[in-house]
Amino acid sequence: MTQTSKKPAAVEALGLTKIYGSGNTEVIAMKEVSLSLARGEVVALLGPSGAGKSTFLTAIGLINPPTAGRIVIGGEAVMDGPRALVDLRAFRRRHLGFVFQKANLIPFLKAVENVAIAMEINDVSPRAARKRALELLDYLGVGDRARNLPDALSGGQQQRVAVARALANQPSLILADEPTAALDSHRGRQVMELFRQVAHEHGSAVIVVTHDHRSLDVFDRTYEMEDGELGAKHSPPAPTANSTPSA
Amino acid sequence: MNLAAKDIRHNLGRFVLTAIGIGLLLMTVLGMSGIYRGMVDDAMVVVDRIGADLWVVQHDTRGPFAEISRVPANLEHRVRAVPGVASARSFVSHNVQREHRDEPLRMNVHGLAWPEDNGAWVTLTAGRPLGQAHYELIADASLGLALGEKLKLGKDTYTVVGIAKGMVSSGGDGLAFFTTQDALAIQVDLPGDALRLERAARVQRAVAQDLGQVQPLLLERGAGMASGIPALGPPMVSAITVRVAEGVDAAQVAATIAAWPDVSVHTRDDQEALLVRGMIDKARRQIGLFRVLLVVISTIIMALILYTLTLDKIHDIAMLKLMGARNPMIAGLILQQALLLGALGYGIAWVLGGWVFPRFPRRVLITSEDLWALAVVVAIISVFASLLGIWKAMRVEPNKVLA
Repeated sequence: MTQTSKKPAAVEALGLTKIYGSGNTEVIAMKEVSLSLARGEVVALLGPSGAGKSTFLTAIGLINPPTAGRIVIGGEAVMDGPRALVDLRAFRRRHLGFVFQKANLIPFLKAVENVAIAMEINDVSPRAARKRALELLDYLGVGDRARNLPDALSGGQQQRVAVARALANQPSLILADEPTAALDSHRGRQVMELFRQVAHEHGSAVIVVTHDHRSLDVFDRTYEMEDGELGAKHSPPAPTANSTPSA
Repeated sequence: MNLAAKDIRHNLGRFVLTAIGIGLLLMTVLGMSGIYRGMVDDAMVVVDRIGADLWVVQHDTRGPFAEISRVPANLEHRVRAVPGVASARSFVSHNVQREHRDEPLRMNVHGLAWPEDNGAWVTLTAGRPLGQAHYELIADASLGLALGEKLKLGKDTYTVVGIAKGMVSSGGDGLAFFTTQDALAIQVDLPGDALRLERAARVQRAVAQDLGQVQPLLLERGAGMASGIPALGPPMVSAITVRVAEGVDAAQVAATIAAWPDVSVHTRDDQEALLVRGMIDKARRQIGLFRVLLVVISTIIMALILYTLTLDKIHDIAMLKLMGARNPMIAGLILQQALLLGALGYGIAWVLGGWVFPRFPRRVLITSEDLWALAVVVAIISVFASLLGIWKAMRVEPNKVLA
């Protein structure tokens, strides 16, 4: 089933299939999943454990190649089946941002350094990287914790730093895997709203895998995944009273 | 951004403790090399300070530093008669171990050819050279004797008149300088009963022969002191040291003496080579093997430490890869830590060694060549030690972040 957006596509997944093992041990983790997102669009993927959400996310994130299908990001074909058409690590560096259930901040780097390192990896000068990292942390409301190590930050603050890191290189696509699972509902909603805010303001496409049904109004589109297949598209529910994006 | 330095700062305690451990190992490697250098230097002290051009020793032997050599003391006079010889002196050297102050005292007894040689060439830190033909000694400070202290050796008592510095034999025993006569007396000292038994045995041997029966005087002499029997040989010394006159070719003098059928001649270089290649060669090889073992152990320990440090960072390395970090950046993180660990360990080895080595019972001589060599070895083992960690880091997949 192909799911498309009417805006120009920032990312296109065409018939992605992932099969683990072979013969009697063959498991189809993802079956002909197609999805197209425009820049600035925020999409949620719902579904039970084992539905194939993370498989889809890692495939489109270029860290777990699909068995079949095609991935196009920013108009550039990057995967044709399991075959990489570009230098994947370099492509991730320039075009993708990741946020996970755990913030995965590097423990020996301060908050600002955790953000700046993503830019230094992308050949931004250390001075420019630090300046932009401070701007991003300010933008996400944790500028006052820039010089703290991750240990000294709360879960919500860590997740905001992780979002800042994902945004650092102004990626075409941000992939988030259960980013609010470790947060309380209030902070979880704040993070979801952050995604919408940065998508709209920075023009990045955002795919969020989540179990959190309370924040679905934040997303432009919501899809259900089950047994490796992308299911029906849901319309976003009416915004709740406290759904205003906040930094 | 220097990730290695930031990681070290975050885990400073563990890193410093590890560096201290590596430093202690490297200090042992440095010490081993210093012990060898000290051994060679000690072995060369006597050869160098005596300054003899030639050593005349028992025929077909390699001289007193390699094996037992016995030549008659009067050979000295024969050697003096050779054209081109400026001086010739008896050389006596042997080890003794006696009880002193209820503790064993082991020393290398060295005979000085009094009155020509009173030990003025010995580096003294206190006291004076020998001032009389008997019953005085110059002792190396390592023997622990004090100036003016009395030392009973055999039937005689000797007084310490000078304290020397850095005069140690190749075996590590402190040197004690006596006159040659005293050195021989210490060497051949026999208790009264042994002398009486030897005299009785001589009489019995003479009685059993015709000569003893027809010459009663021989029986009488045989029962007395050995010096009263002209048939007995002159006292034996270890070697005769020779100084060649200025402008004379030492090889020519050596060739003249070497033509005699009862002695062999070695040059100063020969003696030094004998000491290094012969006497301390096994010690050198043993120390060399220990050094190799310690270097290998240091490398393995460093590799394991760096490997575990890398394992601790696997998740962070996966994250860096996910963000698109290039391999040299990740390898650099591990390599820089390895080199920093090596450099810090080297510094600790240097500082601690400087404090500990002078307290060792044997001399530990550290040369700048050894320090440079160790620095190069540390750099090499640091690189080798990092390889295991780098190999592990290179195998980490970015999707490990999801684990």
